[in-house]
Amino acid sequence: MIQISPHAEAALTCPLDERSLYLRRLVLGSVRSAGRGHVGPALSLIEMVRVLYDDVLRIDPKNPRDPNRDRAILSKGHGCLALYALLADRGFFPLSELDGFCGTDSILGGHPEYGMVPGVEASTGALGHGLSIGVGLALAARMRERSYRTFVLLGDGEINEGSVWEAAMGAAKHGLDNLIALIDYNKLQSYGPTDYVLPLEPLADKWRSFGFAVQELNGHDVGALRTVLKQVPAVPGKPTAIICHTVKGKGLPAAESNADWHHKNKLTDSELDAIRVAVGDF
Amino acid sequence: MRNTAMNMVHKLAARDERVLYIGSDPGAGTLRAMSKEFPKRHLIEGISEAHIIGMSAGLAMEGFVPYVNTIATFLTRRCYEQVAVDLCLHNLPVRLIANGGGLVYAPLGPTHQAIEDIAIMRALPNMTVICPCDADEAARMMEQTPDWKGPIYIRLGKGGDAIVSKAEHGFEIGKAILMRPPGEVLMVTTGIMLQRALAAADLLAAQGIRAGILHMHTVKPLDTAALLQAVRGTRLVTTLEEHVPSGGLGSAVAEALIDKLGSGLPAMLRLSLPDRFMHNYGSQDSLLKKHGLSAGAIATSIEHALAASHTSSPQLHST
Repeated sequence: MIQISPHAEAALTCPLDERSLYLRRLVLGSVRSAGRGHVGPALSLIEMVRVLYDDVLRIDPKNPRDPNRDRAILSKGHGCLALYALLADRGFFPLSELDGFCGTDSILGGHPEYGMVPGVEASTGALGHGLSIGVGLALAARMRERSYRTFVLLGDGEINEGSVWEAAMGAAKHGLDNLIALIDYNKLQSYGPTDYVLPLEPLADKWRSFGFAVQELNGHDVGALRTVLKQVPAVPGKPTAIICHTVKGKGLPAAESNADWHHKNKLTDSELDAIRVAVGDF
Repeated sequence: MRNTAMNMVHKLAARDERVLYIGSDPGAGTLRAMSKEFPKRHLIEGISEAHIIGMSAGLAMEGFVPYVNTIATFLTRRCYEQVAVDLCLHNLPVRLIANGGGLVYAPLGPTHQAIEDIAIMRALPNMTVICPCDADEAARMMEQTPDWKGPIYIRLGKGGDAIVSKAEHGFEIGKAILMRPPGEVLMVTTGIMLQRALAAADLLAAQGIRAGILHMHTVKPLDTAALLQAVRGTRLVTTLEEHVPSGGLGSAVAEALIDKLGSGLPAMLRLSLPDRFMHNYGSQDSLLKKHGLSAGAIATSIEHALAASHTSSPQLHST
């Protein structure tokens, strides 16, 4: 019998502060404008992205290609609405772009593209690519004697992909302690529960056995995220994996832990009402 | 050819600190001298091609020029999505050095025979596809690779192939080499089919048939200008390739001629492997012979096609 992590239980009841609600309004505003989007995967991710961009990454929105900037790759590219909200809020591009999400001539597609969106380090969307790219970036930092860190955000469904584990072995081989993997462990993938689709447990032990230093936390707890992310690497000489227990659709009760909200390509009036009730009119 | 290409990676690394070698699990001692001289730029990353392509993309994003090396089928089939997304979509300068293009690994069976690699690599936007004909040409080709923008797929032959390329022809990526002036026949070749074309041309000459040879070492971007120049006055254009008929050199040449010549097309004969996996072993040479790609069989096919074209196709005139 698999024990449910106390962090997972805490994530279910974790309150959201005003900034987290504001960021959800930005995400859901894009969804409402486009009438579509990966809703659940973005809402589970918001606090992880928020703490990275607000408190951890050494970045300058006015100089997004600074060679010494920290690199962040959203390997679960379908969570891009959370990333777009943070990048816009931090000034990488105007907030007004969010309303054009998925439009024909928008810079903001349903998966993020390098070269189209300022602040996006790699085009993602096909799963299982980001950690390998991150290994390359982190190895390059070491070879060039640069101090930047590389953060890769992975989905739990995404780590079904074997390439993720190839990359994990490679990261451990090189002892890349400048590489940090954050796993958005919302326990629900497109079809249904990760336990049903392809069980991941014991997940922390898996990462440990692949040579990572592992941390687990409630991925909606902004304070805990700050504490852990400001203390990387968790163990010198090892890459870090931070398993963030989250709730898919967090903050939108109709969508919470509901696989039907993984991706929407149209929204009914009642679904729009549910959004209004959850985050207020916007 | 393979040893030459590998040694060129070492040579390039000695003068360009961006150059890296990344092998999966190559033969023991591969680039040993480089591993001693530049241990940090000689990386062996395991049988994990999908990961290696992504990792090489990350390194290229930071200014390195990785030369990734393994067997052709593993570098194309196994990690196609990584090649498409990580390399081609980002248009990164990663070089894929594919050992055993075509039927080099004939005795090892269909898992190791790269018979559709040109087609699937050529289909990807931003990808360059090069098939050198011999070791000397491979060396000249490698000299051109560090500063080429975007990814390159390099299809290597077996090694020990007869040296037929000439230094005076030079090498420029995307520029075909006219090895023999066109006559009533033009053969267009890539890779080690050049040697067979040269022998076939001699056989045809003995029959009084003048056959030119255009060596298209770069299949993508195709040198359409050289092709159009060479087909002028010819009655039959023959493509030769160690590849299935779909999507390779023959397709590329046909597409270019259709696009540029419209209704005034010459007769075409595409000589290739059949559209099926090989279930024979033997050697590269024995399988090429079995599928009509010996010099003698090429010459005979051309004679037959030429006879048929005399009654059915117009000769292309110079304009």
